[in-house]
Amino acid sequence: MNIDLVILILTTLAAIWTVMGRSLLKAAIGLAITSALISVMIFRMNSPLAAVFELSVCAGLITAIFVSTISMTKPLTHKEVLQVSKDRMKRYIYLPVILAIVGAVLIALKLKQDFTIAPLAVAQPDVQTVLWDFRRLDVIGQVIILIAGALGIVILFEEKKTK
Amino acid sequence: MIGFFIVLLLICGAYCLVVTRSMIRAVVGIELLIKAVTLLIILAGQLTGRTALAQSIAITIIIIEVVIAATAAGIALSVFRHTNSLDVRNLRNLKG
Repeated sequence: MNIDLVILILTTLAAIWTVMGRSLLKAAIGLAITSALISVMIFRMNSPLAAVFELSVCAGLITAIFVSTISMTKPLTHKEVLQVSKDRMKRYIYLPVILAIVGAVLIALKLKQDFTIAPLAVAQPDVQTVLWDFRRLDVIGQVIILIAGALGIVILFEEKKTK
Repeated sequence: MIGFFIVLLLICGAYCLVVTRSMIRAVVGIELLIKAVTLLIILAGQLTGRTALAQSIAITIIIIEVVIAATAAGIALSVFRHTNSLDVRNLRNLKG
């Protein structure tokens, strides 16, 4: 079996587990696993820099943010967990069914696999050149967004001052 | 083949976003959607031979993704402090 196919199947299963998992902590861990598998897939698609970013930021930093947020909220009692689980199963049971139907339809349609566009004849610049030379304005915008996000987080996570 | 699984990933994220009542799980759904789009852009870059451009765009997406996640988590936390719950239905009481 093709290794790419195995990774993609595992990614889909991890995504389903993320969505259908009972606790929020399991959802956060499932998201991290999905990110790690996607980063492997991106690496195999000749994009190592994006893969490293995906692995370090999405599988690492975002998981840490989620886990810290979950830890700051009140956990449910055992009785509440049972009640919520029953309610959740009713709503989430349709996801595998929908995925199976869509998958069967896509397979039945036999989408054309040979949609490969011919690569450009001109030699392409490397990532650093694209990022720093061609998309310099975008990089400045990203820095501004990061600063705005950091300031927003400081304000939102701020503890209430007790007198 | 990859496109097929990207569609499934998009459905997972969209379904999570539509069905969930927890704010944190809604953010997880958004994250899944963004991951599918990132994978799609890398695939497009590979197909057109512009992997460098696709990588730089993917890096931009990842940076925006982390800001979205952190800000949304902060909002969820502040809502929890006000309502003592992460249920999105509590937000119906907001003015406006």
